[in-house]
Amino acid sequence: MDIVKADVAIVGAGGAGLRAAIAVAESAPDLDVALISKVYPMRSHTVAAEGGAAGVYRDDDSLYKHFVDTVAGGDWLCEQDVVDFFVDRAPRELYQLEHWGCPWSRQPDGRINVRPFGGMKVPRTWFAADRTGFHMLHTLFQTSIKYSHIHRLDEHFALDLIVHDNQVQGVLTFDIQNGIPRLVLAKSVVIATGGSSRCYKFNTNGGIVTGDGMALAYRHGAKLRDMEFVQYHPTGLPGCGVLMTEACRGEGGVLTNKDGYRYLQDYGLGPETPLGHPKSKYMELGPRDRVSQAFWQEKKKGRTIKTPLGDVVNLDLRHLGEKYLHERLPFICELAKAYVGLDPVDAPIPVCPTVHYTMGGIETDGKTACTIKGLYAAGECASVGIHGANRLGSNSLVETVVFGHVAGDEAAKFSREVDFADQNKTEKEAEDLYAASRSIIGAKGHDENMGRIRAEMGQTMDDGVGIYRDDASIRATIAKLAELKARYKKVKVSDDSNVFNTEWLNAVELGFLLDNAYAMAYSALNRTESRGSHQRLDYPERDDKKFLAHSLATYNGDDAPTITYGSVKITKLKPAKRVYGAEGEKAEAAAKAAAEAEAAKEGK
Amino acid sequence: MADKMNMEILRYRPEQDEKPWVQKFEVPFTHETSLLEALCYIKDNLDGSLSFRWSCRMAICGSCGMMVNGTPRLACKTFLRDYAGEVMRIEPLANFPIERDLVVDLSDFIEKLERIKPYIIPKEEKKDDEEYLQTPTQLEKYHQFSGCINCGLCYAACPQYKLNKEFIGPAVIALAYRYNLDSRDAGMKQRLELLNQESGVWSCTFVGYCSQVCPKGVDPASAIQLSKIHSTTDYIISKITPGAD
Repeated sequence: MDIVKADVAIVGAGGAGLRAAIAVAESAPDLDVALISKVYPMRSHTVAAEGGAAGVYRDDDSLYKHFVDTVAGGDWLCEQDVVDFFVDRAPRELYQLEHWGCPWSRQPDGRINVRPFGGMKVPRTWFAADRTGFHMLHTLFQTSIKYSHIHRLDEHFALDLIVHDNQVQGVLTFDIQNGIPRLVLAKSVVIATGGSSRCYKFNTNGGIVTGDGMALAYRHGAKLRDMEFVQYHPTGLPGCGVLMTEACRGEGGVLTNKDGYRYLQDYGLGPETPLGHPKSKYMELGPRDRVSQAFWQEKKKGRTIKTPLGDVVNLDLRHLGEKYLHERLPFICELAKAYVGLDPVDAPIPVCPTVHYTMGGIETDGKTACTIKGLYAAGECASVGIHGANRLGSNSLVETVVFGHVAGDEAAKFSREVDFADQNKTEKEAEDLYAASRSIIGAKGHDENMGRIRAEMGQTMDDGVGIYRDDASIRATIAKLAELKARYKKVKVSDDSNVFNTEWLNAVELGFLLDNAYAMAYSALNRTESRGSHQRLDYPERDDKKFLAHSLATYNGDDAPTITYGSVKITKLKPAKRVYGAEGEKAEAAAKAAAEAEAAKEGK
Repeated sequence: MADKMNMEILRYRPEQDEKPWVQKFEVPFTHETSLLEALCYIKDNLDGSLSFRWSCRMAICGSCGMMVNGTPRLACKTFLRDYAGEVMRIEPLANFPIERDLVVDLSDFIEKLERIKPYIIPKEEKKDDEEYLQTPTQLEKYHQFSGCINCGLCYAACPQYKLNKEFIGPAVIALAYRYNLDSRDAGMKQRLELLNQESGVWSCTFVGYCSQVCPKGVDPASAIQLSKIHSTTDYIISKITPGAD
């Protein structure tokens, strides 16, 4: 088998993977990095992020405010020490991207411009018009070209990890273009493969977002943490699910129902704010979970708009005017014209909630280390602990660079402490794994249609583990997933060629998705409370006594995963009622008064 | 009721086929159906062996460039409704070697992109908590040229690249120009060494088809023409400044 040796192997070349590679190249230029990606780096799904990246910038902002917004936004399921580190590092990473050429939007005097975002008290979202992920990704990719020690393995699919005695030894890849397996022997490995939202049928994600790294780590004994927390973005286009960025609302766009009524005021986000004057943490600038839940409630009340592509509400940007829209939201204008045939300058955009992001992922410590030695995870595939039960918009782009950087540094450090595994043994193992992976091709008796399994998986996830779920709906989904997993064992792959055999690779991806979906569904079943994006109709209240805890799914092959719970690190922000709008402001004032009284008491 | 589209798709599998051949499909479509969705329909229901690249479905990842009735287009931003009553002929991007089916070999493009130093070569170092000031006007100068998604459509459209594979090509020149115009950058001299070569900006005969097919309005043709001004100035300065290289 073809073998490549690298001190550090990185799987995935989106925001987190590229940042990790550059971190190694800069801090440890004597080390060799293998950057493995199933697509060319600039195709990675970071490219599709639109709105921006959060980092404290303004004088009226503070790290503590970013911390509070993030922890409360996550319904207290965040690792508070990790959030502290995250908000502190965020600005530095964004300045770093600026130095590397990212075309951040500017104020007239040339300083960085920031925009408001949902659930954030102070505008702190750095943006590059409405193509922020695109610009961050291209900046990172182009910057990575400077470093000769980053060896890119473009269009190499990660089939498996090589793990001996709970220590990672390398990655078995498949060179898609040349149609040959290639073993990457590595002293440490960073997983940066993104989320798993393609488990769902209706989503904003690209076709490549199939949770590969999550599933691989999970199968090798790493735990998947908080997988029941799946984010619905409130504003996707009906039918295709294409994302209409939260920046539409940050810039002043409003959501109206079939009566033209700004319904968010009925769901704890009011009172109504004046048109064109968005107010932080009010109305359209509420957090994503609450805004998506409000849609569901409106639909139930019959106040959404029926269309052939499903129920929608209107995202109205018309009052912002053509000039401003073209400056701040040019991509949104382009997408609305292409995919729903209307110009946001003249007409409201029909939107509905769409699966967007997996808050959970591979369990890591605050420095991205997994429980498997030598293995690190960063970005959406990881659960490092900053998103809790609901991620705030613009925290994830910056997560990729903050924790990608950390993962690169940590993996470099680890690689200095160990040697390569025995090559003969590893090669033999890789050959066996490769043969097993290819064995589904043309296998006798395999007659299950792959597209159908994928479609049924997506439908049952939409139906049973959606914005609201209950015991019966989740159990129905679990039963369906069990059936699909059984059928998957007979999945038909007839293409027996080597070069660019996407039928076979799609089948491997479907296997990843099914395992991740199973973990999501069981984690959702066992959490009998409502918190953040996980809303149980049969358990509508948050239950801190039992569930101020991370769920941890352990892989059991064909059987149900074992779900256990781990503690949540609380440092300075004690759990409280999560409130927005006027109620949120009242609670904030009360907390401030209490803190001042406390300080005064201590002062005496 | 869905309409039906007749599609002819170029197939080539290097391990099985001596040369490319055409496979015909009939695909149902509605008002919303994109070419990408039609191809996914074929793969899921009619022939699983058809290979093509795709991911984002929203014209930003740049994966799904291909020829549609002879024109380079993104499959995700092409709609069957616009071809109603016609036959759609789908082929891999022109001017690149075919890898398999609708997948082309992009390595020449990637290698050229790497060669022009597409990163900031800084004028001055900055502290890690401080930005380079860049006014909206300075940003505006290069912003359009930073919007390239590397989809390769402009190479498929370029008559010069068709004849001469040494030509650096539209997207890469636009990218070099983007960095040359960036107020934070001081690398123009290094990039001009490449742009001034015969395979650089002077190869372009200004047909402008690259800009017509660009799905993002980057306008590489104007980047090439404007780069010629940089190149000329650089040439003249090198002639009148003793010792300059």
